[in-house]
Amino acid sequence: MEIIKTNTQFDFVRLMKPAVIVSIAVIVLGIASLIWHGGPNYGIDFAGGSLIQIKFKDDPHADKIRAALKPMGFEGSIIQKFGPNEVIVRTAESGADPKGLTNRLEESLQAAFGKGAYEVRRIEVVGPKVGKDLTRKAILAIVFSWIGILIYVGVRFEFRYALGGIIALIHDVLITITFLSLFDKEFDLNIVAALLTIIGYSINDTIVIFDRIRENTRKNVKMSLFDVINVSVNQTLSRTILTSLTVLMVLVILFFFGGAVIHDFTFALLVGTIAGVYSTVFIASPIVLLFERIKPSGMKGKR
Amino acid sequence: MFKSIRIRAAVTIIICLAALVYLAPTLTSELPDAWKQYLPTDKIHLGLDLQGGMHLVLEVETAKAVESTLARTANDLKENLMENRIRFKLREQTKDSNLAFEFPDAASRDAFDKLLKNQYPDLEVAASEMTDGKGAVSLRVKAKRAEEIKKMAVEQSLETIRNRVDQFGISEPEIIPQGTDRIIVQLPGVKDTARAKNLIGRTALLEFKLVDDEHSLEDALKGNIPEGDMIAQEIRLDRTTGRRSEIPLLIKSKPLLTGEALDSAKVQIGDRFGEPHVSIKFNAQGAKDFDRITAENVKKRLAIVLDGVVHSAPVIQERISGGQAQITGAFTMEEASDLAIVLRAGALPAPVNILEERTVGPSLGQDSIDKGTWASIIAGILIFIFMFIYYKSTGLIADVALAMNMLLLLGVMAAFKATLTLPGIAGIVLTIGMAVDANVLINERIREELRLGKTPRAAIEAGYAKAFLTIFDSNVTTLVAALFLFGFGTGPVKGFAVTLTIGIVVSMFTAVFVTRIIFDYFVWNRKIQRISI
Repeated sequence: MEIIKTNTQFDFVRLMKPAVIVSIAVIVLGIASLIWHGGPNYGIDFAGGSLIQIKFKDDPHADKIRAALKPMGFEGSIIQKFGPNEVIVRTAESGADPKGLTNRLEESLQAAFGKGAYEVRRIEVVGPKVGKDLTRKAILAIVFSWIGILIYVGVRFEFRYALGGIIALIHDVLITITFLSLFDKEFDLNIVAALLTIIGYSINDTIVIFDRIRENTRKNVKMSLFDVINVSVNQTLSRTILTSLTVLMVLVILFFFGGAVIHDFTFALLVGTIAGVYSTVFIASPIVLLFERIKPSGMKGKR
Repeated sequence: MFKSIRIRAAVTIIICLAALVYLAPTLTSELPDAWKQYLPTDKIHLGLDLQGGMHLVLEVETAKAVESTLARTANDLKENLMENRIRFKLREQTKDSNLAFEFPDAASRDAFDKLLKNQYPDLEVAASEMTDGKGAVSLRVKAKRAEEIKKMAVEQSLETIRNRVDQFGISEPEIIPQGTDRIIVQLPGVKDTARAKNLIGRTALLEFKLVDDEHSLEDALKGNIPEGDMIAQEIRLDRTTGRRSEIPLLIKSKPLLTGEALDSAKVQIGDRFGEPHVSIKFNAQGAKDFDRITAENVKKRLAIVLDGVVHSAPVIQERISGGQAQITGAFTMEEASDLAIVLRAGALPAPVNILEERTVGPSLGQDSIDKGTWASIIAGILIFIFMFIYYKSTGLIADVALAMNMLLLLGVMAAFKATLTLPGIAGIVLTIGMAVDANVLINERIREELRLGKTPRAAIEAGYAKAFLTIFDSNVTTLVAALFLFGFGTGPVKGFAVTLTIGIVVSMFTAVFVTRIIFDYFVWNRKIQRISI
């Protein structure tokens, strides 16, 4: 079976300009959304605060939960539905006394719902100090992974390829953040894990095409880089689509069957994977070409 | 490389068998006794988010340890000055908690300097000034010594918390230092989280202090606290109502004896009312001191102070030798038993704060395992069918590689005692999707070569050769990202990085090495003329 016919000859390079414009437009939309929402919607991992997941016997009313938690000083909390009969309560309180939180919670819930009508399934309390630390670590991890990849690709290929790859990666991360913000998803540790996975996956895709470009440049010394890129992207197109398809398939399964805890994580991966394929085809290689125009490569003619 | 198909097949089979051996304990709980004796029996280790439990990040207030060292030394220095008849005045302690002295004349100042230099090597002069012939000096702990104290405080806290947790009876707790002043505590399967936190987080500084009955408590409460005294709250429990009340008490600031003098502590039930109390036994020096203290203070009241709160203040009826005492007070059975644990384990050298807490109930963990397992199975079946439809028989070869990938991935996790978390399961599912990539790359290459008119054997040869570097480069870059993910992550996220990394490495083996054996077998031994791809 074949999804992509063998001799496709799409002129991908010519589509670069509109593609870049589309990407920039989406990213600008993302920035607008971030400003509109007043910055990223940080989860308790980064902002500090408490998260409590409660499962009830019957479908609870948010107002009733709110009333129940009022004596705890949790009026300002966000109550989200989280699967059937389950809610998540989020507050900014990072526990002036985290020691007593559990007790107070049990007392309040028992008074309102009675014993056995509910089950506290998860409690997370993150102090502001830890939040700051984690934010710094998350940013460092992402930036260092970019640098690590930049160096590896720079050594294995050429610096211009490394740059093309990194710009594509930054693009993917920005696009993912855009969609997270548009859908008002929370930024937590899992999202950072998703971003790093997207980085790892997208560069994987990009390398496959770079590898082909390298091979074709050596084979056809006379062909212009413009054509080489087009041929290479076309040659690897069926692989690119096939692999993305298998990854997207499992992500969709995870999205629907993986449970609420990793829902947002999977959402980020879905967006990032699609962005990754897109940037591999339309962003990474054309940037190599752009640098070629600025300063012709020494690779041609290399053995 | 290995040319012989047999050798390569043998290597593969041995590796798979090894993985099976490591996985067996996870798959079944009924292992034969002979197995238990010689072969691995560890199940795949589940993270707290899957098995339920509590994760705490504690911060040791190391600065407080330095402060209390300074305060202790200050007391000693004061007594020393008095013994040496050096005239001085203690200044009000300032905000930066430096210790400050005032001297009426140069002679005292000189004597003081000499004393400081000879007997207190840990202290240094922070600032000194001379006004009207009066000298003022403020002291602080030397920076290097302060660092040592801080480091010691963290080490000691770690040790103490470990002792407490061990005695609390939690299986496989993990207590590790993080950074300069943090401690991570992981308690799998803990039920009463509030009690566990209380046990871990309290300082448990036990002090014996005399009650000051000579001065008036009312005066002191108005703000007229006599020198060397302090006000503490005594907790009383009304047994009939179960209500607790606090009563202020005027006590001497200076502890006569501390928890360091303890040898052991255990819970006992009182004869008369069946009330639990903690009976303590002093060590040799402690017993001697206690004997002397009680002898000197008969008919006075001795307050037993724990973390600044008075638990009881009995009157010393007579001299107590033998080094035994009891802490009675408003205890429930649980509280008494926890108190005994913390007294045995010793006090924390500095207070600790809980910076982060994550608790997952066991039912949520089980839910996550169920959902993760289902997602993995569905994803596996789907990819299995997809590869078969797309590549026909060759797809089946990739499927074999995929199945083997799962086996090895889990086997390696069991062998290296890696922790499986919920994001880790997501990593496994993702690996299912990504592992076939190498085979897609190879198969697409073989198709291309076949289109060029090559024989199956030559096409396979060329396909693998050309695809290999691509697979290698692309996987190494993914590994770079996974590595940073591992370095960044805590708990669950780290588990994700682990499965992703193992998945990538294993897929290089199964997708490149193993599939090649099958290809070679059909092309070399069976001499097939057409590849179904």
